[in-house]
Amino acid sequence: MSKDFANLRQDFPVLSRVINGKPLVYLDSANTSQKPHVVIDAMTDFLENGYAPINRSAYQMAAEATDLYEGARTAVAKFINAPNANEVIFTKNATEALNLIVRTWGIANLSHGDVVVLTHMEHHANIVPWHMLVAERGIVLRFIPLTSDGQLDLSNLDALLTDAKVLSFTSMSNVLGTINPSKFLCAAAHRAGAIAIVDGCQSVPHMATDVQDMGADFLAFSSHKMCGPSGLGVLWGRQQLLDAMPPFMGGGNMIADVRLDGFTCAELPAKYEAGTPPITEAIGLGAAVAYLTKIGMHNIRAHEIDLATYSMNQLTQRFGDDIVIHGPTNIEVRGATHSFAFKDLHPHDVSQVLDQSNVCVRAGHHCAKPLMRLLGANATVRASFYLYNNHQDADALCDALEQASEFFSPS
Amino acid sequence: MPGLEDLYREIILDHYRSPRNRGELPPPAVRTEGHNPLCGDEIQVYLSVDSGLVSDVKISGQGCSISQSSASMMSAAVKGKPIAEVRSIVRRFKSMMTLEEEETAEADDQNVKLGDLEALQGVVKFPVRIKCATLAWNTLLQGLDEATA
Ligand SMILES: Cc1ncc(COP(=O)(O)O)c(C=O)c1O
Repeated sequence: MSKDFANLRQDFPVLSRVINGKPLVYLDSANTSQKPHVVIDAMTDFLENGYAPINRSAYQMAAEATDLYEGARTAVAKFINAPNANEVIFTKNATEALNLIVRTWGIANLSHGDVVVLTHMEHHANIVPWHMLVAERGIVLRFIPLTSDGQLDLSNLDALLTDAKVLSFTSMSNVLGTINPSKFLCAAAHRAGAIAIVDGCQSVPHMATDVQDMGADFLAFSSHKMCGPSGLGVLWGRQQLLDAMPPFMGGGNMIADVRLDGFTCAELPAKYEAGTPPITEAIGLGAAVAYLTKIGMHNIRAHEIDLATYSMNQLTQRFGDDIVIHGPTNIEVRGATHSFAFKDLHPHDVSQVLDQSNVCVRAGHHCAKPLMRLLGANATVRASFYLYNNHQDADALCDALEQASEFFSPS
Repeated sequence: MPGLEDLYREIILDHYRSPRNRGELPPPAVRTEGHNPLCGDEIQVYLSVDSGLVSDVKISGQGCSISQSSASMMSAAVKGKPIAEVRSIVRRFKSMMTLEEEETAEADDQNVKLGDLEALQGVVKFPVRIKCATLAWNTLLQGLDEATA
């Protein structure tokens, strides 16, 4: 591991926490990530020295707050190479961003029999809102199947996309770690006349994102998975689409005018930001984006390739047939997220023993039940790594797994 | 911090490794299904009720050691018992699984012995696992309500 990455652990105050005499081994970043000082400080500074409303009042502090909030939007736009900062909408989380698309673009453009293509590895946030439109409107869902090693099976893609209006897919699986060929998929969607919606929750925190190069029409992601605070998500959309869509929630901030007989919408981005937004959180995300940019998204990806390779090797060398790691073995198409089955132990029991060593992993269905059914499991253990993890964390995971194995072996 | 031994008592591991009353019962036995939405565990409880008795009970499904052993011990505890007593056992067990005093407890419940089930008491110290321990019981209750409706 490079020296830079060894040093940056100090940026995350929680990583120095000791519980019951043992250090914290945080391997749940696919769930939610830890926060560096700069993010905590940016939010604290705003709360202590400049907290004020945005877009509403003329006093100096309000103007400063507006600048900070809009500065965060500009930073996020740059981070994903959006052509225009007004195309960046702040939401509550990625789930709300995806629901926003379905409830606005979807309601305006989809009717009975229209086809929406998803994949078999989606998070519930990119399935359930569509199911709701199936129930309400009779749209039809198709799913891109998976290969045996957990990649999208694209052999029938063109047929699946025939007459489709939407292709909505995750850029990286939160369960399998599979990195999907987003650019290829967006192009295929467009060739078929469909729009391309990308759930970027798992890829945006871990690798460089360029919405223009990718060719997406919409991208959704969450602040809390990329060193920013919870309570904030991002929807990016192409201006032409956002302008044409009906509003999402109605209320303050999203209007240009309200009369007794109706209203007119504000311009972007306010049109989709009804009510007082998460101001402090947006400022926190702005700081997170600056932090990640300074380290370099390409460096972060390289670091995680190293972590994925090392942890995968350790797990397979130490446990052999006792461990089944789901997803691709080719690290080129895989992030540092490992879901696995360990012996015949239930993931809950494994994670309980791991907790004795402060090894934090997620045990469960990871909000991807259709995928879990395909894997033939109710639940898996998932260890997910981020920029602040190191080889020792992978070793600690293996040591704790050994303890779990001993604990549950018949005496 | 409570240790693993508080949670995984030997009797629990024993029921986990060799669960009692696994299987299914054909209709007219009542079949109810329970889900733990947090972890995706599923359990099916089959219940035969005959002249006021729980004459047979079978359990199928998948889950962690806590949910599986709790289901196994539950099946052993209620099989062959009168329905009123089964309901008492359920109330006793569920009150053991809560930190607050259960107000629904009835006078007779105190006479009910939980026996092996007491081993699950340690689960209360691990609040996220309480749902695992109570899954089978809530499913059984549903079944009882259906069977006696
Ligand atoms: C792939 C994917 N999509 C969507 C979500 C939902 O994100 P949030 O819970 O922040 O709305 C997650 C997070 O769990 C995710 O991993």
